Amino acid sequence: MKLSSAKIFASLGLGLIFATASLSAQAATVSISCGAVGQEADQCKQGVEAWAKKTGNQVKIVSTPTSSTDQLALYQQVLAAKSGDIDVFQIDVVWPGILGTHFVDLGKSFSQEEIERHFPPIIANNTIKGHLIAMPWFTDAGLLYYRKDLLDKYGKKAPTTWQELTDTAKEIQDKERAAGNSKMHGFVFQGKAYEGLTCVGLEWIDSFGGGQIIDGNGKVTVNNPKAAEALTWAASTIGTIAPEGVLNYQEEEARGVFQAGDAVFMRNWPYAWSLANAADSPVKGKIGVTAVPKGSDAGKLTGALGGWELAVSKYSKNQAAAIDLVKYLTSPEEQKRRAIAGSFNPTIMSLYNDKEVTDANPFMAQLYDTFANAVARPSRASGLKYNQLSSDFFNAVQSVLRKQTDASSALKQLAAKLNQLSHNGKW
Amino acid sequence: MSAGLATRAPLTIEQRRVRSAWWFVAPMIVALVAVAGWPLTRTFWFSVTDANFSDLSVAQFIGIDNFTDLLADPVWWSSVRNTLVFTFVSVLLETVLGLIVALILNSHFPMRGAIRAAVLVPWAIPTVVSAQLWNWMYHDVFGIINESLIWMGVLDHPVAWIANPHTNLWAIVAVDVWKTTPFMALLLLAGLQQISAEVYEAARVDGIHPVKVFFRITLPLLKPALLVAVIFRVLDAMRVFDVIYVMTGNNQTTMSISVYARQQLVDFQNVGMGSAAATLLFALIAIIAVIYITAARIGKET
Repeated sequence: MKLSSAKIFASLGLGLIFATASLSAQAATVSISCGAVGQEADQCKQGVEAWAKKTGNQVKIVSTPTSSTDQLALYQQVLAAKSGDIDVFQIDVVWPGILGTHFVDLGKSFSQEEIERHFPPIIANNTIKGHLIAMPWFTDAGLLYYRKDLLDKYGKKAPTTWQELTDTAKEIQDKERAAGNSKMHGFVFQGKAYEGLTCVGLEWIDSFGGGQIIDGNGKVTVNNPKAAEALTWAASTIGTIAPEGVLNYQEEEARGVFQAGDAVFMRNWPYAWSLANAADSPVKGKIGVTAVPKGSDAGKLTGALGGWELAVSKYSKNQAAAIDLVKYLTSPEEQKRRAIAGSFNPTIMSLYNDKEVTDANPFMAQLYDTFANAVARPSRASGLKYNQLSSDFFNAVQSVLRKQTDASSALKQLAAKLNQLSHNGKW
Repeated sequence: MSAGLATRAPLTIEQRRVRSAWWFVAPMIVALVAVAGWPLTRTFWFSVTDANFSDLSVAQFIGIDNFTDLLADPVWWSSVRNTLVFTFVSVLLETVLGLIVALILNSHFPMRGAIRAAVLVPWAIPTVVSAQLWNWMYHDVFGIINESLIWMGVLDHPVAWIANPHTNLWAIVAVDVWKTTPFMALLLLAGLQQISAEVYEAARVDGIHPVKVFFRITLPLLKPALLVAVIFRVLDAMRVFDVIYVMTGNNQTTMSISVYARQQLVDFQNVGMGSAAATLLFALIAIIAVIYITAARIGKET
């Protein structure tokens, strides 16, 4: 009697345990927003489906606008409404300051080792008030593309200073034009009044040693002679080595000119590599990539930090599964797969020594330092006001490029504006 | 029951008609209040608060600070100037060209139906698509416009139409004229077809010169349609957003009031400031509409 009741209780208990176990193993549905530029959506889908298969969960991919500005607007609406519709967000490297309050602290769910294998500047960028609100997924840095064949033809080497670039570009442009190639230009970049010009302008100023617009504490530092020197040089390229139209170029317009074979140098992101080397590209096999030049011998090689992170929404109903998905997608195995299949730069340092990765993308090994030390836009210190700072900055840079203002007075006005916006650096 | 009804004076036909008219109009008024009145009121409210897009619930009343900030911002004033220049020039050109096209389409010639349909193509293409198309055509390196002008000998070197601050607003006006002239032509064509053929017949019998016929008969009889078409376009052009945003983005040299308001609202998350800009745009449009309608009415009476 006693025994049998113990048996009953035991089996009941077992049954309960079994029931809870099956409950927790019940598949969750996690939704993730992936980027939609080029191969992004396709590669994202392959990654999340592999995770779904491995864990038995389901994943829903939420499609987003291709323009990152529109994407940010969409995210802000979804998050401001505290909606749990999207569990995992793919966010731009400059958004942690703007969106950070809506995401869970991943520092608790990832081990020290899992965090420290990523590039430290990106981890620092994603840490808001001590909380790691997003894990690095892939990174980007501004690069200088050049026409290997043209440099060889005129006995030049890839430039390491802007002065060298100017001289080489001018000489090749003039000689090619004299030889009947009337459309040849020396240098193209992103000069439209948008976020891309903030990256480009920041690279110029940083390469001359002129700081990063504001310092780590938020103090406005942009009004300095080195920054003015950088912008003065940049303005001198317009109409000489750069076509006037660069003032309305985004990434794709610059790539259009370069890929058609009409430019010696181009500043762009890594994505242009695989496209410019595609089978139908007129410059296939004729191009090289190097770091963005120094302002002078005293300056430094640079490259603006870009890239995308994965964050988990505070309002998610499946946080555990969502964090597991982020863990899978940011793991070395998945980053390696994406690097080989889609030229997405890994954020895990050791992958740059991986032969399969570097065979597929030679520039990744060659420019390791550029990716490791890319200069970040000042989005962390400026927080919610980053977009306004960026807009004021690119408008100031553009007014110098259009030759409406000279560099030093433009920077003086910009500093005054930013001080007003930030209440003297307090943001 | 029936006694109660009998004590009330029977409604006159007039009163009954007014009452049923209200019943017919009521759903419309309810719909308007819901879809126009409510958002408008909210915009007015936000324009006097420091609302931020990230959390609208904590908005605080701050009086007219947004408006004083706005009026002190040189970018706001340049966006007002751009909007007014854009509206005036584009509507003027669209009206003149639209009238010419309408007069041509109103005459009898073979394939008239097919050509009337073909004229509408620019209007039928979504603006985002056509603006991007024109962006490529204007391109300074591979654009077809520079290519053709150089080939014809009009230019000796390519012009960066969209990038150059002296040409970019005009390039955008040209795209808008290209796109909207067919719409204008269609409205005016409808007006032209209202004019009875007998009037022209009489003028022809009297041997009046065609130019005189146009100014003394066609234009006065077309005036009601013309006035409606112009006010339509003016109000529409004042709100211009898509063509400018696609072609030059947030560039301050071409920014219109709507682009300015959107940048404040979405990019800067500054709902208060953006709503203030939208409110002023609304006021500006309302003032222009009132002046225009009053002027048109006075014109009619004299």
